[in-house]
Amino acid sequence: MTTTSIITTATRRRWSSGFGGAILSLVLPVLIIVAWWVVSANSTSPFFPPLQAILTTFADTWLSTRVLSDIVPSLVRMIAGFAIAAVIGVVLGALLGRLRIVAYALNPLLQFGRSLPATALVPVAIVLFGIGDTPKIVLIAFVSCFPILLNTIDGVRNIDPVLEDVGRSFRLTRMQRFRWVQLHAASPQVIAGMRVALSLAFVVMVSTEMLGSTNGIGYVTLLAQQGFQIPLMWSGLILLGLLGLIINGIFILVERALLRWYTQGQED
Amino acid sequence: MLTVEHLKKTYTTGGKSLEVLRDVSFTVEEGEFVTVVGPSGAGKTTLLRCMAGLLPRSGGTVTLTKTGKVIDAPPPEIACVFQDYSRSLMPWYKVGRNVGLPLVNTIKDRDERKHAVEQALQSVGLEGFADSYPWQLSGGMQQRVAIARALAYRPEFLIMDEPFASVDAQTRADLEDLILRVRQIAGVTIVLVTHDIDEAVYLADRVVVVSSRPTVVMDVIDIDLPRPRSQVTTKGLPRFGELRTQVATLITRAGAAEPSRAGSA
Repeated sequence: MTTTSIITTATRRRWSSGFGGAILSLVLPVLIIVAWWVVSANSTSPFFPPLQAILTTFADTWLSTRVLSDIVPSLVRMIAGFAIAAVIGVVLGALLGRLRIVAYALNPLLQFGRSLPATALVPVAIVLFGIGDTPKIVLIAFVSCFPILLNTIDGVRNIDPVLEDVGRSFRLTRMQRFRWVQLHAASPQVIAGMRVALSLAFVVMVSTEMLGSTNGIGYVTLLAQQGFQIPLMWSGLILLGLLGLIINGIFILVERALLRWYTQGQED
Repeated sequence: MLTVEHLKKTYTTGGKSLEVLRDVSFTVEEGEFVTVVGPSGAGKTTLLRCMAGLLPRSGGTVTLTKTGKVIDAPPPEIACVFQDYSRSLMPWYKVGRNVGLPLVNTIKDRDERKHAVEQALQSVGLEGFADSYPWQLSGGMQQRVAIARALAYRPEFLIMDEPFASVDAQTRADLEDLILRVRQIAGVTIVLVTHDIDEAVYLADRVVVVSSRPTVVMDVIDIDLPRPRSQVTTKGLPRFGELRTQVATLITRAGAAEPSRAGSA
């Protein structure tokens, strides 16, 4: 190995991790924000207000009472729906993953259900469950369930036969094999399904607040658009984007902690 | 101590049947080291899985001679070591937990279990590695963990399916000597399947030579080489060469005879 290649390898690993990496990933967003500020500073267009105005509205609206009156209800509904979806998805998925025939029979129904667009289901949910939190949580749960369910079925079904042999040859009970072998073996796939489900839950959360709602981030944003309070609308969009980023970031941290054995093992 | 009588196994998928084991019979005496060797595709893994109770048989019996129990499901007297160590250890558990997992049902006391795990790891030369993860260890070390796991289970029989096939030659030599040492200390009876003729002769008290599919036992050869065995001296003995040739001849004959013994495929 020559001196040049040693330096190259070391450098290649350095910039993507740690402090340097953080700085690098912030460069572009900061540039865009600055550009936006400058370009929109003297804007008179009603639909493209100055960034300054948007940020002021953001601070006034979202960082005060609306935290409790709108942000919290939205997030609570999303998390509730996602949690229900996760439990149903994993339990049902684990069952169906082992019962091949039942899964095969149910498959057309599952494919149909997962293809239903959430926005089209909002009126249906309201008709079935009325106005309030229930239709929102039900719909979030319904839509988020499918990626988790389908991924769990796949994960449980594709467990390495060698591991199955190990579990059986050492006479582990069915429950032990499930808890210690099958669940863990399927977990990368299950968690991948949960990641998709989380994004879906977020989108559906906003969709459900655009019809028959009395609070929520989506509700406020849509109301602002309808009332021509454009800076407020923009601020709502920015908030949604930021929240999405934060939620996804937290999920990635949790995933990294849970799947350390998987990522590390794959590295080599 | 373990009797295999007229073992048959035929796989049937979608109307087609594949006869893998036609008639396999041999016995394993207590404390013996028996190796099973044969040409590629000889159904050696199928044979082992049937013996271990992991695969249902199509005919014949596998019996634990002492109790007369016929093996239909994995019995507590048998522990297995599989060929692919990277897939037989659970990557989400540390080494210690991997080794101790089968013991949860046999040893109720946690401290006793911990002690058994430490002892097993020590016997394979891996003391201090209980807190590592399998993917942090080399291939040879991972296979030693698998062996430790089987030993901690305190079985009467160790069934090993080409356990040293996936490691390099030097590691293989080390592991071969390890398993001989372990057998001395733990007093287990071992059935080891391999495709390596040298390994089969070096390790065994008796070598069972099987044919290719549909498999029958061609011959059982007594290995009268002195113990303890040594990689250098034993393999240098003229008798080693004779026995090796004997086995090799049988295997060549087994492989060549394949077309005339074609099964109902």
